Amino acid sequence: MTFFTEFGRYLLMIRDMFSKPENGKMYWKEFMHQCSEIGIGSLGIVVIISIFMGAVSTLQTAYQLASPLLPKSTIAQIVRDTVILEFAPTLVCIVLAGVIGSKIASELGNMRVSEQIDALEIMGINTKTYLVFPKILSALIVIPMLVVISAVLGIWGGRFAGTMTGIVSGTMFDKGLLLNFQPYNVFFALIKAYTFSFIISSIPAYYGYFVKGGALEIGRASTKSVVVSCIMILFSDYLLAAILL
Amino acid sequence: MIEIKNIKKGFGDKAVISDVSAVLEPGKCNLVIGASGSGKTVLMKCLVGLFEPDSGDILYSGQSFTSMNKEERKSLRQQIGMLFQGSALFDSMTVEQNIMFPLDMFTENTFEEKLKRVNEVLLRVNLKEVNQKFPAELSGGMKKRVGIARAIVLNPRYLFCDEPNSGLDPQTSLLIDKLIKEITDEYSITTVVNTHDMNSVMEIGDHIIYMYEGIKEWEGNNKQIIFSKNDKLNKFIFASEFLQDAKDMRMLEAKGKIDNDRNMDELLK
Repeated sequence: MTFFTEFGRYLLMIRDMFSKPENGKMYWKEFMHQCSEIGIGSLGIVVIISIFMGAVSTLQTAYQLASPLLPKSTIAQIVRDTVILEFAPTLVCIVLAGVIGSKIASELGNMRVSEQIDALEIMGINTKTYLVFPKILSALIVIPMLVVISAVLGIWGGRFAGTMTGIVSGTMFDKGLLLNFQPYNVFFALIKAYTFSFIISSIPAYYGYFVKGGALEIGRASTKSVVVSCIMILFSDYLLAAILL
Repeated sequence: MIEIKNIKKGFGDKAVISDVSAVLEPGKCNLVIGASGSGKTVLMKCLVGLFEPDSGDILYSGQSFTSMNKEERKSLRQQIGMLFQGSALFDSMTVEQNIMFPLDMFTENTFEEKLKRVNEVLLRVNLKEVNQKFPAELSGGMKKRVGIARAIVLNPRYLFCDEPNSGLDPQTSLLIDKLIKEITDEYSITTVVNTHDMNSVMEIGDHIIYMYEGIKEWEGNNKQIIFSKNDKLNKFIFASEFLQDAKDMRMLEAKGKIDNDRNMDELLK
C-alpha cells in the first residue's frame, strides 16, 4: 500500500471518529477508563525516567561547565531549559510511544482479529468513535499532564543530584532556576506535548484498527506503530522548533 | 424477511459472489452451506453491512439496506444479533458485562432491569452461575452460548450465526443447533446460519442455500437435500462414505425397500 493510500485512510479514520455518541454515559466511561490506562499506567515509568534524566543532566552539565568563571547557578538554568524544552516533552513522549503506542495497537489489533470490532459494528456502534476517539482524547488530556509532572520531577532530580554530589548547593540551584526564566518555554513544551500526544495515540490506533491477519500481524502492527510514531515525533519536534523558536 | 437481489461482490479482479438472489423468511433457519472459499462468509458480511456489495440490493422487511444512510443503518442494526465464529466476546468484560453491553448502549433501563434481562437470556441459553466469569474462563460451547445470549438480549428481528459449530464436539454442536432453532421459533426471527456441519443441515435446515464458487448452486430444505440430483451439492454433502451410505439407506427407505430396522443386507446388495 502506498504512502498516500495509508495517509488517506488515516485521515478518513480521524474524520469518521467525530460522530454523535450512541450513549454519552458509555463513552464517558470508556474515556475515563482510557485516562486511567494511559495516565496511571504510565506514571511509574515517567517518574523514574524524569528523575534520572534530570539527575544526569545536572552531572553532565557540571562536567562540561568546568570553568571557574561561570557561576554554579548556570547549571540550574541549563538543566531547567533542557528539561522543559526537550527532555520532558520529547524524551518522555518517545518512551510513551513505546508504552502506550504498543498497547493501543495491540489492543485494537486483537479486537479486530477476534472480530470484537465487527461485533460492535453489527450492534450499530461507530467503532471509530467508541474505540479510537476516547483513546486520542484521553491521550491529549493526560500526556501533557505527564509532561508537566516529568518537567517538575526532572528539575527536582537535577537539584537532588546536584546537592547530593556537592556540585551545586540547593540555594544556588534555586537561584539559577529563577534566573532568566521564560514562561514561553513552558508554552512551547505544552504545544509539543499536545502534538506528540496526538501522534502517539492516533498512529498506533490506525495500525491496530486496520490490522489484518493473526497474532503475527498484531505484533508487526504494534512494532510498526511505535517506529512510525517515534519518527513522526522527531520530525515534528524539529518542525516545531524551527517554527516556534 | 430478508430479500437478497442479484448481489455481486468481488475483491480486486476476483469475483467472490456472483449474482446471488434469495428470500430468507422469518421464523425459519436459513442455512448457507458450501465449501471453504465458496463465498458464504462474504455473503453474510454483505448482509450485515460489514462489506458493501458491488451491485444488487438487500431488503430488510422491504427496506433497501444498501441505500440506507448511516443513521438508518444504525437503527436497523439494533434489530440484528450476530453470533461470530470465534464468539467475539469482549475479553476485558465479564459474561454479565458482555451481555449487558448492548442494553447499556441502547436502553435507558435501570441496572436492576438490565440485570434481570441478562439473567433471563442466560437462563434461555442454559447457563447458570457464569455472570462474573471472564470469556477466557469459559469452554468453547459456553462462549457460543454467551454469544447467542448477547445476540438476542435486545430481542432482535434478525439473527446471523457464522459457523456456530466450528471447534465444538458433536454433542455441544447439537445443543447449539437446538438452541438456535428454538430461539428462531420462539421469537419468530429470521435466522441466517453459515455452516459446514451436515448435522446442522439435517437438524435445523428449514431453508438451505448451497454456494459453489460464489454462485447459488442449489436451494431447498433438509428434506429435499438428501434426494438432490445436483452433482456439486452431492459431492459436498456426501464427501464421506458414511454419509453416502446414510443417503443410500434413506433412498432405499423411501422406495420401501427397507424398513425402519435398517436392513443392512438389503443396503449392501
